[in-house]
Order: sequence, then C-alpha cells, then structure tokens
Amino acid sequence: MSLVFLVGVDGSDCGSRALEYAAERTSLKGAKLLVAHVIEWSQFRFSTVEENAERHKRREEELQRAHEEIVDPIVQSMRERGIDAEGIVRHGHVARTLHTLAQEFNATNVVLGRIGGSGIKAHLFGTVASTLVQIADVPVTVVP
Amino acid sequence: MKNIMRGALALSWLATVNPAWAQNGIDEQINSAIKPAADAVAGFIFSSFPVGGVPIPFVLVWLIVAASIFTFYFKFINFRAFKHGFHLVRGDYNDPNAAGEVTHFQALATALSGTVGLGNIAGVAVAVSLGGPGATFWMILAGLLGMSSKFTECTLGVKYRNEYTDGTVSGGPMYYLAKGLAERGPGFAKLGKVLAVLFAIFCIGGSFGGGNMFQANQSFSQLVNVTGGEASWMADKGWLFGLVVAACVGLVIIGGIKGIARVTSRIVPFMAVVYVTAGMVIILANITAVPAAFGAIIGGAFSPEGVAGGVIGVLFQGFKRAAFSNEAGIGSAAIAHSAVQTNRPVTEGIVALYEPFVDTVVVCTITALVIIITGTWDPSVDPAAGVQLTSDAFESAIGWFPWVLTIAVVLFAFSTMISWSYYGLKCWTFLFGESRAADFTYKILFLFFVIVGSSMQLGSVIDFSDAMIFAMAFPNVLGLYFLLPVVKRELNEYWADYKAGRLQRTR
Repeated sequence: MSLVFLVGVDGSDCGSRALEYAAERTSLKGAKLLVAHVIEWSQFRFSTVEENAERHKRREEELQRAHEEIVDPIVQSMRERGIDAEGIVRHGHVARTLHTLAQEFNATNVVLGRIGGSGIKAHLFGTVASTLVQIADVPVTVVP
Repeated sequence: MKNIMRGALALSWLATVNPAWAQNGIDEQINSAIKPAADAVAGFIFSSFPVGGVPIPFVLVWLIVAASIFTFYFKFINFRAFKHGFHLVRGDYNDPNAAGEVTHFQALATALSGTVGLGNIAGVAVAVSLGGPGATFWMILAGLLGMSSKFTECTLGVKYRNEYTDGTVSGGPMYYLAKGLAERGPGFAKLGKVLAVLFAIFCIGGSFGGGNMFQANQSFSQLVNVTGGEASWMADKGWLFGLVVAACVGLVIIGGIKGIARVTSRIVPFMAVVYVTAGMVIILANITAVPAAFGAIIGGAFSPEGVAGGVIGVLFQGFKRAAFSNEAGIGSAAIAHSAVQTNRPVTEGIVALYEPFVDTVVVCTITALVIIITGTWDPSVDPAAGVQLTSDAFESAIGWFPWVLTIAVVLFAFSTMISWSYYGLKCWTFLFGESRAADFTYKILFLFFVIVGSSMQLGSVIDFSDAMIFAMAFPNVLGLYFLLPVVKRELNEYWADYKAGRLQRTR
C-alpha cells in the first residue's frame, strides 16, 4: 500500500512547520503529499437574504483565493522538490473535514500544526488538533 | 463611502423638505397628509362581500381557499412531509461536495427572520383584542393550511430562479410567474408577464407598507410605551425615531455596511429564543390557567361573545393576522428561499413548511396564550392595542420584560425591513432593469417610508400595510393555480425516490 500524507495548511507559521515536517517525511518515504486547506464554515450559520443570493459567487471566490494564495504555491514548490503533491480546498468544520478527506484519499497519516491551542475557547471547544486526534482513524502528527 | 455621502445628503434633504417638520405636530401633519390615500388603497384591496351579514374581504377568502386547495391537492403535504422536512433542515441529505453553499437550514432561518417579527407580537394582539381568544384557533388553522401554500410557492421559487453568470441567484414570484406560465403556451406567456408585473408592483408597495411602515410604527409605539407612554418626551417625535431608523437602514442598504445586517441576522434568532422562552415561562407559571385558556380559544372560535360579526368576525380576525404574520400565499418567502443549494426544488418547498409552523403555530400561539392567560386581552382590563397590549401582558408577569421586548421589537423590525428592502428592490429592478440610478431611487423611497411610518397613527398604517401585502396574493395565487401540475410532478418524482430509498443520506 502506498503512503499518503495529508497535511493541513492555513497560511500560518505553524502550518508551514507542519508542511515542512510532512514534506521531509514524504520525500524520505517516496509517499504522496496531499496539501489541504479547510475554510471554516457551518451549515447552521445565520445569514441575510442578500448574503444568500451571493453565496455561490462568494464560495467560488473563496475557493479561488485559497487556491491562489495558500495551496497552489505550496503544491508547486513541493513538485519542484520532486514530491508528488496535490492540493485540495474544502469548506466545513476544520477537524471533521480533514477527517473526511483522510478517509476519502486513504491517507496513512495526517499532519497539522497545533494552531490556536490556548485560552478559554480552546478549553471549552477544544482545538482543531485535539478534535482531530479524537476522531481520526489514522495516526495524527501534531507539529508545535 | 461615496454612497454613504449620497445617502446622508438625501436623508437631510428629506428632513428639510418640509420646514414645518421642525415644529410640534409634525407627526399629525404627516398623518393627515397620507391618511386619505392609505385609506383609499386599503378600501379597494379589502373590497368585501357580506357573509351572514358580516362583510368579508375577498382577499382573505382567496388566500384561505387557495391554502385549502393546495393542502388537498398535495394530499396533506403539510403533515406527511413534516418529519422529512426536519431531516432536510438538519442537513441529513446535504451534498458534501456543496459545502459552503446555502444550506436548507440557512435558507429557512433567513426566511424566518424576515417573517418572525411584529406580526407575531403586535398582529396577534390586534387579532385577540378585536376577535377575542377564539381568533387564536382560526390563526392556528390558517397557519397549518398556509404551510401548503408556502410549500407550493417556495418549490417554484427555486425551480424558476435566475442563476446569473456572475454566480448570484435571484428568484421569486416575478420569475416563476413569467417563466413558469410561459412554458404552458403563448397565451399563458402573456398572462404570466402581466401577473409578474402586477406582483412586482404590489411587492414594492408591500415593502413600503407591511415590510417597512408597520415595522417602524410598531417599534416606535413600543419605545414610547416603555419610556412613559403619553408623557414620554418621545411621544410626538415619531419623525425623529424614523430619521434614526432610516439612517441605520440607509447605512446597510445604501452604505453597504454589511456588518450591521450580519450582526442583526445573528442577534434576531437569539431574541426570538428569548421571546419564546419568556412566553413559555409565563405559560408554565400559570399552567393551571392553560386549560381554561384553551377552553376560551375553542369556545370563542365557535360561539364568541361580544365580537362584531360573531363566528365570521372572529374567523376573519384570526385568518387575517395569520396571513399577515406568516405571509403564506403572499409570495415574499419564495424570494427568500430561492438561493438554497439543491437540484431538487421540491426539497426547499418541504423545508418551507416549517416557516408558517414556527411563525404561526408556535410563536403566535405563545403570544396569544400569554395575552389570554394574563387577562390583558379584555378591553375593560387593558384598552391598549397592538404591540402595547403584548407588552402589557408580558409586563403583568415579568415586570422588566417590556425593556427586553423593546429591544426585540426594534431588532425584529430592523431585520424585517432589511429583508423587505431586498424583496422590494428585486421587484423594482425586475420592472425598471438593473441600474445604479434605479437602485438608488428605490432605496431613498424606502427610507422615506420609514420616516412616514413612524409618524403615522396605528390604524391607517395597519390598513395600508395590510392592503399592500395582501394585494400581492392576487397575482401570486392565480399563477400558482396554473403551476400546480409542475409542482405535483416534481413532488411525485421526489417522493417516489424518497420512499424507495434512492436519496443519498449523508449522515
């Protein structure tokens, strides 16, 4: 079975460290690297009529921007390093979407940065990393 | 920024156009200037014929007959699809690849924030004070039947929406009347066009009336009420309140300050929960009085005492307020629901069943129960009308609640105005085409009516608002009759797939 590393990136320094970690492991093992960015979104958000009417357009713009500014440059630089990389952008709950992507692409390992891991909010709702650790069915590597 | 400046300039022009505005009695002047026109429009729309000696407005019969026909035609869709609707709202059938698009929940919540509002608070009080407790019974019945009307119009709203190349979506009766009827042949195409134009005209009127003046009027009335009633320094400053509200609305619709609208859209559901909870607390605290209240509701529905027009009179009040509150058959909701992401239009129709249910069967009934249980509905106990009556009813149980209610009322009014300004604008551009000048003209007119609405007395505002909103039902429902087979086909295909388990459940 071929190895697939799924790495979550969000444009932050922490995300870059996770990416670097995943890239090193990927090239060592000759694995495939999936570069995923999740746009935080909930199906239960409240919105105005006008926002709804423009939602489809905004979604396309959000996807395009995420590709252009975050995912595509990473994928390109990974390919230049000889890594078999692919980029994905999705909307959704970050941890659950990464989990779904891991299942969808048969990822053997998920790598992500330990982002926003402090404060009351983290205690109450947990972080993306801690949630993913709880729900994932493949090993999760959390990079500080 | 330039837009804000233009808006501010236009507003200050509105404020100075009549120098008498700077003196006392401005409200009265505005009232006496507009009243004859408002009364004439209301008189025409509510043309009535006598039933058992009571004049019954034709438009109400029109709405209730339609709701009943839709209910039978779709074999009680309002009950049989109720559970499936819940699963749709919960997202059980959402396509994971469409994450980020408008979900059923969002479309419903948005539509609800446009309808849950003063109709549920002030309108119910009007119904119960004029028709007695029995009006509640007819209101609930009208709500249940209205679910089928909403189902029909929201399905069509999605099916015949326009999807533009820039990715925006726009739907509503003006599109399904024009496009849907055109599919039936050249003769129908002409009729469809006429109905669509009529609808657009009435909807613009409704956006100035019930979606605007009524809201401004009732929130001002509540503000005066909590700040000391007649003695309040605000009592004769409706125009000032109107100016402030107009400025806020203007910031959103002309200034493009989306943040305000966004914040409101988050707070309004919260306020609705607070309102319903407070109502439930009062009802539970007086649980022993509930059987008697239901007795009064059912007894009053069939053998009312001291109500003008007897049973017919009570029925009329209940139906009228229900229709005004949930807007079933009016067509406005079809605009709000149309942006949902789905390739089965009928799913949004099923989700829309919940709108009259939540609005009328749940929220209106809670208001009515509170008014009846606390005894404030009896004119000899409390002569107040409209939102003041509801406020008094809550106050008699929770002393400080009128303040909370005031915030709720102002926010409900504000969000309803934002929604209706959008409905009206869509109809305006349907008639006059998309241009910045057309856009701006409509918005300035809209703001002008905010000020007018705050300055007028309740009676004429209610009559005018009702008239314009109900007028929308004529072209809309007539078109719905012709489009029923389309909806039936969609429903039958979908329902067969659902029953056979061919729909993909994603959670």
